[in-house]
Amino acid sequence: MSEKILMKGNEAIGEAAILAGCRHYFAYPITPQNEIPAYMAKRLPQVGGTFLQAESELAAVSMVMGASAGGARVMTSSSSPGISLKQEGISYMSGAQLPAVIVNMMRGGPGLGNIAGAQGDYFQATRGGGNGDYHVLVIAPGNVQELADYTVKAFELADKYRIVCMILGDGYLGQMSEPLILPEAVKELPAKDWALTGAKGRDPHIIASLRLADGALVGHVYDLYKNYAEIEKNEVIYDTQNLEDADYMLVAYGTSSRVCKKAIRVLRAEGIKVGLFRPVTLWPFPKKEIAEAAKKVKKILTVEMSMGQMVQDVQINAGKYCDVDFYGEPGGMLPVVEKIVQRVKSYV
Amino acid sequence: MSEEKIYSFPKSIREVTTHYCAGCGHGIVHKLIAQIMDELGIQEKTLMIAPVGCSVLAYNYIKADGLEAAHGRAPAVSTGLKRVQKDKVVICYQGDGDLLAIGTAESVHAANRGEHITVIFINNAIYGMTGGQMAPTTMEGQVTKTTPYGRDPKQVGWPIRACELLNTLEAPYYIERCAVYDVKHINQTKKAIKKAIQNQIDGKGYSFVEILSMCPTNWGVEPQKAADWVRDVMEPYYPIKCFRDGGEKTK
Ligand SMILES: Cc1ncc(C[n+]2csc(CCOP(=O)(O)OP(=O)(O)O)c2C)c(N)n1
Ligand code: SF4
Ligand SMILES: [Mg+2]
Repeated sequence: MSEKILMKGNEAIGEAAILAGCRHYFAYPITPQNEIPAYMAKRLPQVGGTFLQAESELAAVSMVMGASAGGARVMTSSSSPGISLKQEGISYMSGAQLPAVIVNMMRGGPGLGNIAGAQGDYFQATRGGGNGDYHVLVIAPGNVQELADYTVKAFELADKYRIVCMILGDGYLGQMSEPLILPEAVKELPAKDWALTGAKGRDPHIIASLRLADGALVGHVYDLYKNYAEIEKNEVIYDTQNLEDADYMLVAYGTSSRVCKKAIRVLRAEGIKVGLFRPVTLWPFPKKEIAEAAKKVKKILTVEMSMGQMVQDVQINAGKYCDVDFYGEPGGMLPVVEKIVQRVKSYV
Repeated sequence: MSEEKIYSFPKSIREVTTHYCAGCGHGIVHKLIAQIMDELGIQEKTLMIAPVGCSVLAYNYIKADGLEAAHGRAPAVSTGLKRVQKDKVVICYQGDGDLLAIGTAESVHAANRGEHITVIFINNAIYGMTGGQMAPTTMEGQVTKTTPYGRDPKQVGWPIRACELLNTLEAPYYIERCAVYDVKHINQTKKAIKKAIQNQIDGKGYSFVEILSMCPTNWGVEPQKAADWVRDVMEPYYPIKCFRDGGEKTK
């Protein structure tokens, strides 16, 4: 399937999940990601899969946990308020080392907020979100093609590291239609010798986050963090544009990075050398890479659809090499090209 | 006369020291489940879902694949697991706080979908694990850590009857309430659990067995008094009976 087709972002996620071998999907409706459950409700029965509308996000993520323990590739999707409820299950799955793919098409918050795209859940996604010491592997696609490609990748990484993998998009990205080439169908799924399949000819498997024995939890958390260290070493993804000769560097992910690309065209046309650093994995954050890039520019402007969340990671990692400025739009508003242009011009 | 073995340790239970208190109902029900697993020959295909509550370590006793659920979510976790492992026997074991307070939605909806699982519900009228707070099934006037003056239904509502509640739904196949306060009732409970598991093996649908059970520790009484209290105080409010069999409501 190498033909270009036009697809909505949310539907691209659904089809990519099926191509990745996902046959179980559990979710509770919420805007702006309702195209995903609708798509899965239609498609999964056609491929012998299970679509189930859960009674809540708490239930949906628990169903995901059960299906994952049974060895299946499984996904759920939601948007910000629903993802808050899913934190319970995410924490339990992280403790029990169960792989799953969770999609968050972020909307404006806090609370019910609004239904426009936003990036206010960066802290929640990258800092754990639920209770306890753990990480979720967070991937932030920047267009519809990437939504599809990184959904497949998310399943691979989730299984490889037995970790919860989150696709962090937003309402704008989910609703937009773009041409894409669908990823190849995954032919062979990885064996899961730890799954619950019945203790036939082997000792029973127990999958749990509970570690009551003296010191057991300490050892367990250290083991989790050994796994996280491997992920930080091997799985960082980022993208750059026009950085070779840049004096100024914009840092943005997802929808914000698309606005930045427009601003770069305007600024470059006026002779101002500006480029883009786009983290794709938000955890693991491209720490070393952004530090290297920072050494070569005079100033950084971080652009987000929030009051400033990722900017903290930018400051921590790049702040000692150059000034880090911030421009954000909360409440479901898109960054404005002209505002980025004016801000960068003010540095010259 | 040749010797016949009439009783032994069930194969499906691990020979470990129990953490349950003396006179607790959990241990009795665990043994029944293990005996039934032996009798039905399903130890190798049983998947045991442990709740959050005193029985959180159920998988340390029942010798089968085991999975932990968050507090109240066992029916949803069971749903996901059973939808993947369709030919296995999924036992969803829960306490009253788990099933009827924090997990009411999951319980009602799994039953309403007619999930092909077997729910074992230990009603001990208290939160055992956290040290004896009011449960949704705590009796009127019952003193607990959080109802120090006795449960006042005007303030905190009446004890909830799980079987009767679930029996309003269309989908459930089998609903029965039992007790484990004496040998006769333990034997009846065993029959009910066995039927509930056989239903799942036969692909019949959702089966629910409520078991009135003792928590001597948090009721603050000796084991025999606890058993008597189930009979004298709980049973009149929670009638022991089969509410639904073969998908049909019983008269
Ligand atoms: C989300 C959450 N809230 C609260 C608790 C604390 N907690 C653990 S067990 C329990 C009550 C268990 O009571 P029940 O379900 O009746 O089981 P029992 O111990 O009586 O068998 C509570 C409130 C928890 N573990 N998780
Ligand atoms: S506290 Fe109650 S329910 Fe828990 S083990 Fe002891 S007797 Fe059983
Ligand atoms: Mg209880």
